[in-house]
Order: sequence, then structure tokens, then C-alpha cells
Amino acid sequence: MIETLAPEKPDAWSAARAYVAPGTGAGRRRERPVVTGRNEGNGPVDPDWAAMLALVRDRQDKAAFAALFRHFAPRVKGFLMKSGASEALAEECAQDVMATLWQKAHLFDPERASVATWVFTIARNRRIDALRKSRRPEPEDLPWGPEAEPDQQAALEMQQDTARLGVALAQLPEKQRALIERAYFGDLSHSEIAAETGLPLGTIKSRIRLALERLRHQMT
Amino acid sequence: MTIRHHVSDTLLMAYSAGQLPEAFNLVVATHLSLCDDCRARLGAFDAVGGAVLADCGAATMPESSLEATLARLNNPVAAKKTQQRGDLPAPLLDYIGGGLDAVKWRPLGLGVRQAILSTDRAASARLLYIPAGHAVPDHGHRGTELTLVLQGAFRDATDRFAKGDLEIADEDLQHTPVAEQGPACICLAATDAPLRFLGLIPRLAQPFFRI
Repeated sequence: MIETLAPEKPDAWSAARAYVAPGTGAGRRRERPVVTGRNEGNGPVDPDWAAMLALVRDRQDKAAFAALFRHFAPRVKGFLMKSGASEALAEECAQDVMATLWQKAHLFDPERASVATWVFTIARNRRIDALRKSRRPEPEDLPWGPEAEPDQQAALEMQQDTARLGVALAQLPEKQRALIERAYFGDLSHSEIAAETGLPLGTIKSRIRLALERLRHQMT
Repeated sequence: MTIRHHVSDTLLMAYSAGQLPEAFNLVVATHLSLCDDCRARLGAFDAVGGAVLADCGAATMPESSLEATLARLNNPVAAKKTQQRGDLPAPLLDYIGGGLDAVKWRPLGLGVRQAILSTDRAASARLLYIPAGHAVPDHGHRGTELTLVLQGAFRDATDRFAKGDLEIADEDLQHTPVAEQGPACICLAATDAPLRFLGLIPRLAQPFFRI
């Protein structure tokens, strides 16, 4: 799966960016940038969700939003049901999560997270609101907006590392994987959580650290 | 500012999974606002959450749900800037209703002051003001106590803690934090159980002061 994260992804991202046609509603009718990964004949390929999200952000592209919705909303619903929500509540919250994705697309930073990771953070916060009726203070926002150009190579590597993390999670021994899943479904109290995951988190951490340094540098 | 004492992996993963009491969330979010290392480590744990979500199995969404969501999409809102205003990280400003000058301190005796912050009841959060050279009464803990330094520094039997440093104390730790010379030490502290003071007087005072 990793190699199917197509080399043309950075092009898709830049195409999506270059595509901004300020003030032209007609932009939506023009040719779309390529947003699907290259299929090397190894089965289904994930589309480039980061490029889709860029279309949502830059052009309020409803077709791109629909594609994101069809992929992520059912997963958010599944995630929330495994977290103890009823089907009706999970469905309602999944819609809220996707609406938030639309509203906050400008806050997504492909150097620091994959779309799945970002969707997870929105879904988690919605779950805390809905199921625990509790507040979850967030760290101070870092300034981020469409005017700050993400480093395409860094963004691509971040997406690749996250894909590798997914593969590593799937390959963990069943017992260990179940423990991690239960932690994220909210099945374990904070004192029951075992942070030793056996997953390759070091590279992702280092990449985010570099992205934060670049961001801090831009700010000063 | 060099931060030497960080959020543990366990706390970070629990924060990422959304399993901490609100008072602990507040301490972690405040530390993360000051510490890019921990912010990056949190990002890695969030990526685990993303992988779990991506792989946990999709539930069926009716096609009408897409239409319903499309129908309610508004124009994206401009980013709400929660920039640091003055002397405290953004997560705390909401709870205090302003910066340090807006804190409603109550005296605890011997110059030590506290202000309880309103959180859900699974744990409690408060600001502590310890004048230079003064100590917080010797105490142990039934649960976990997180103490984040916002200004000044304190020492206890384990180490020195300065601005941005987080001390994670469990049931085994009996300690007497003493504020260093210089500006008063101001900390954000959270516990998931009442503190246990060793002296008789503080114990009697405990229910009254809610510490």
C-alpha cells in the first residue's frame, strides 16, 4: 500500500493550490487536478485526501467534499459506535464532524497530519462533547492559513509515514492492537492506558517537530 | 525557556484518546502551548487515533445524510485567533477570564494563595501562588497530581521545576514544594483526588479550602 501513495501526490497538492481562481465561480467547472493516486495494479488505491481537502478549502468544492464525506463519514460513524454511541447519535455526530471539516479546512496542515488523523481529532472532540458533556481545552492555536505555503515534500512524507503507521498497526499482534483500539474508543480509563504501543512513532514525531520549527521561524 | 520536565507518554496518549478529566486536559493543553516537543509527540499519538479510525470498520451512512450535510454547509468561518494575550497560554485564559491580573486569589495562609478553576468533577484544577521562599504544606496524594509552573520556580525533594515544567506526582510521592527566591512561583495544579496533608491543621482546613 505504501508505494501506491503516488509520487504525483505533491503535484496534485500544488495543482490544487495553483488552481485557486479568486472570485470565479466558474472555476468549479474547469478541469480538476488529478486527485487519485497512481494504481500500480496492487488493488484499490486511496485518493489523495489532502488534495481533496485543499479543494474544499480553496474553492469550497462540494464534489471534493462529497468524496471526503463518502469515505470518512461512515468511518467516523463506525468509530463513534465503537466508542459507545447509539447509531442515531453516531450518525448525527458524523455529519457534524464532516461539517466541521468544511468549516475548518483552512486549519488543516498537511505537514503535521494526514486527513485521517485530522478527522480523528475532530471526531474525538465531538465525542467528548456528546458522550461526556465535558470540555477539552486545546493547545494554543498556531497561526496557519492558506497564505502559508506548506512544504510539499514534507507534506508528502508525512502522508507516507502515516500510511506506514496504519500498516504497522494492522500487523501488530491481535492482543496488542485491541488494547490500542480500546484506548482510542474510550474503553480504557487514563490509568489503564499503556502508551508503549510498539508502533513506529519516532519518525512522525520528528517530522511534526520540523514542521513546527518551520512554522515558528515564519512567525518571527 | 528550556523545559526539562514533560508530559509522560501515558498522559499524552490519554489526552489524544480523549480520556482525561477536564482538569488534566487543561494542564496538558497549557503545557503543550509552551512545549513544541510535546506538541509533536501528541501529533504522533493523534496519528495512531487516525489509523484506528481509518481501520475500525465503516458503518453505513444513508445517502440522504450527505445531502443533509451539504444543505447546512455555510461559508467557512475565519480562524478564531486565540493568540496569547499577555502573560498566560491561551487555554488558561478562558478558565480565568483573563490574564494573571484577573485571577481571584484566596489566601491559604502563610502568604500562599489559590484560585480554584471551574472544571468537571472528575478532577479539580487550581492556580497556586507561592511567595519566594515559602512552601506548600507537606502533602501526599491519593490519586495523581499534575503541577505546571507558569512563573518562577519551585524545588522539592525530587528536582527543580521552572516555567513550563510539569511535575507528575503519584501516590508514592510525599513532597514539600518550596518556591525559589525571586518572583513568586505561580503554578497550575490538578488532582483527581483530594490532597492528603500530613499536619493536623491543614487536614482540618482541607474541606473548607477545597484543596
